[in-house]
Amino acid sequence: MTATTTTPANGVRPHTPAPAAGPRPRRRLLPFSKWHLLLAPLGIIFALPMVWLVLSSVMSDAEINKFPPALWPSGIHLDGYRYVLGNAMFPRWFANSLIVSAVAVLSNLVFGSLGGYAFARMRFAGSRVLLVLMLATMAIPFQLTMIPTFLVMKKLGLIDTLGALIVPSLVTPFAVFLLRQFFLSLPRELEEAAWIDGCSRLRVLFRIVLPLSRPALATVAVLTFLSTWNDLTWPLIAINHDTHYTLQLGLTTFQGQHHTKWSAVMAGNVITVLPVLLAFLGAQKSFIQSITSSGLKG
Amino acid sequence: MSALPTPFTLPDHERQLRAKRRGRRRESATAWGFVLPAVLVIIGLSVVPVIWSLLLSFQADDLVTPSHWVGFDNYRALTEDPHFSQAVGNTLLYTVLYVPLSIVLGLLLALVLNRRIRLVGLYRTLIFIPFIISETAQGVLFSFILDPQFGAANSVLNKLGLPSQGFLTDPNQALPVLVAVSLWSGTGFCVVIYLAALQDVPQNLIEAAKLDGAGRWHLLRHVVLPTLTPVSVFLVMWQTLQALQVFDLVYVTTKGGPLGSTTVIVYFIWEQAFKNFTAGYGASAAYVLALALLVVGGAMRLARRRKSATAEGAAR
Repeated sequence: MTATTTTPANGVRPHTPAPAAGPRPRRRLLPFSKWHLLLAPLGIIFALPMVWLVLSSVMSDAEINKFPPALWPSGIHLDGYRYVLGNAMFPRWFANSLIVSAVAVLSNLVFGSLGGYAFARMRFAGSRVLLVLMLATMAIPFQLTMIPTFLVMKKLGLIDTLGALIVPSLVTPFAVFLLRQFFLSLPRELEEAAWIDGCSRLRVLFRIVLPLSRPALATVAVLTFLSTWNDLTWPLIAINHDTHYTLQLGLTTFQGQHHTKWSAVMAGNVITVLPVLLAFLGAQKSFIQSITSSGLKG
Repeated sequence: MSALPTPFTLPDHERQLRAKRRGRRRESATAWGFVLPAVLVIIGLSVVPVIWSLLLSFQADDLVTPSHWVGFDNYRALTEDPHFSQAVGNTLLYTVLYVPLSIVLGLLLALVLNRRIRLVGLYRTLIFIPFIISETAQGVLFSFILDPQFGAANSVLNKLGLPSQGFLTDPNQALPVLVAVSLWSGTGFCVVIYLAALQDVPQNLIEAAKLDGAGRWHLLRHVVLPTLTPVSVFLVMWQTLQALQVFDLVYVTTKGGPLGSTTVIVYFIWEQAFKNFTAGYGASAAYVLALALLVVGGAMRLARRRKSATAEGAAR
C-alpha cells in the first residue's frame, strides 16, 4: 500500500556512490560533504518566505510600513496578533474551518470504511456497476461540477451556511476506493473466524478490520484534512456572509480590506498555516507516506 | 447459521436453500446500507452535476431566473471570445513552464537528497513544507513579499544595486512570477515522489552495473533513470492536470490581472459563472477544460501502459 519500501537485507540506501573498487583515498577539502554547498542555499531559499512570514507578523506597523521596508523586526511586537484575534473575525473563521475539516475527516473515515468494506468483502446486487461509476467519478474535475453543485446546494437551502461546505465533502470516492484496496489486501481468515462466531458485519469491520487498517485510515485522514482546510474555491462560491467564512476565504478578504495593516495580515496568515504545519511536523512520516502512496497509485 | 442439531430429521434441502437465499438478501441489504452515504453523495454531487453541466452549457442561465435553450451558441461564442483564448493561452504558458521545471528540479533534488549526507532530513523537510501550505496562504505571503513598494524583494534588489521590479503588477512578469511561486510550493511533491521511487530501484541492478565498470553518469543514465520512467510519466500527468486547474493562487494574488495577463481557464469559468452570472457560458468553458483534462489523463495512461509493455518485452 505505502509506496516507500525500505531497502532489503543489507539496509544500505540505494544509489550511494561508494567508490567501491579502487582504494583511491578521497582527499577532503571541506570538513563536510560538498553537496552542502548546493543544498544549504537551496534550503535557505525554500525556507526564506516562511521565515519572512513569521518575522513580518511580529513587526510593528511603523516598521512594516517604512520605506525601504525593514528586513528584521526590532523586537517582538504582537500588535498584529492582537488586532487579528481581537477586532476581526479570525477566531470565528478558525472555528468554522475546524468544524468543516473535522466533520469531513470523521465522516470520510466512517463512510469511506463502510463503503470500502462493502465493495471489498460483500456480494450485493449492483456492486460492479457502482464500483465502476465510483471510479469514473474520481476522474471528474471539480470545475465541471461546481456550477451545478452550487445550484443543488441552493435547492437544499444550504448556500451561505457551513452545511454547504460540509455536505460535498462528507465522503469522496477516493476514500472509499483507497480503503477498499486496503481491505482487499488483508487476510480473509481473521474476519471469517469472527463471522463464524456470530459477529455481525459491522462488528467485524469495527473490531477486526479497522484496527488493522491504521495506515490507510491515516492516509484518508491526512488527505481529507489537507484538502478541506486548504480549500478556497468552494467556500468562495458557496459562502457570502463573513460569519460563515473559512480561514482561507477570510484571510484573502481580510488582505483585500487591510492593505496597510500588513503585520495583521501576516499574523492572520500564520494562524491559517499553523494547524497544518503543526500536524505535519507532528506526523511527518504519516503525511509523506500518505502523499506518496496516493500519488504513486495514480 | 446452523441452529440446534436435529438428529432424526433429514436435512431439508428446500429449507436450506431458502435460508441461504434469505441470508444473501439480508447481506445485500446490509451492503447497500454500507454504501448508501457514498452513493448518495457521489450521484447527487458528481453524476447529476456532470449531466446538469452539459445541459447548462447549451443554455443561457444566470443562476436565478429560469434558463432557456440556446443550442451551441455558448460554444460558438467561446471560439470568438478573445478573453477565453487569452485564458487558454495563459494556462498553456503556465503549464508549459511549470510542469517540466517542477519535474526536472524535483528529480535533481531527489537524486541529491537520496545520498547519505548529514542534515538530509532537514533539507527534505524544508523543501517539502511549502507543498502543504494552502495556495491562499502562499498567495497572501507572496503578494506581501513581492509588493512593489513595501515588499522585501525589491528592498533586497535595491540593496544589491538592482532596479525595483513590478512583479505581480507588471503584465510581462506576473505569469512567470506565479510559476515561480508554484515551483516553490510544488517542487517538494516531485521530490518526495522521486525519493520514494528511488528506494525501489533494484539494488542488484546497480551492483551488476558497477561490476561491469559503469561510471556514475552511466549508472544514472542507463540504470536509475529508466527505472524511474513510470514515475516520471505519472508526474507529467499529475502536474499537468494540476497546472491546467490552477485557480486559488491566481484569485488571491492577481485576480486575473494585470490586463488579463494571468487570467487562466478556471478563473475565466469562475468569473463567467459567479461574477458575470452567465452560468451557461461558464459551464461550456468548463466542458472544454474537462475534455482537455480527459485527453491528458487518457494519453498518459496509454503512454504508461505502452511503456510497461515495452519494458516487459525488453526483459524477455
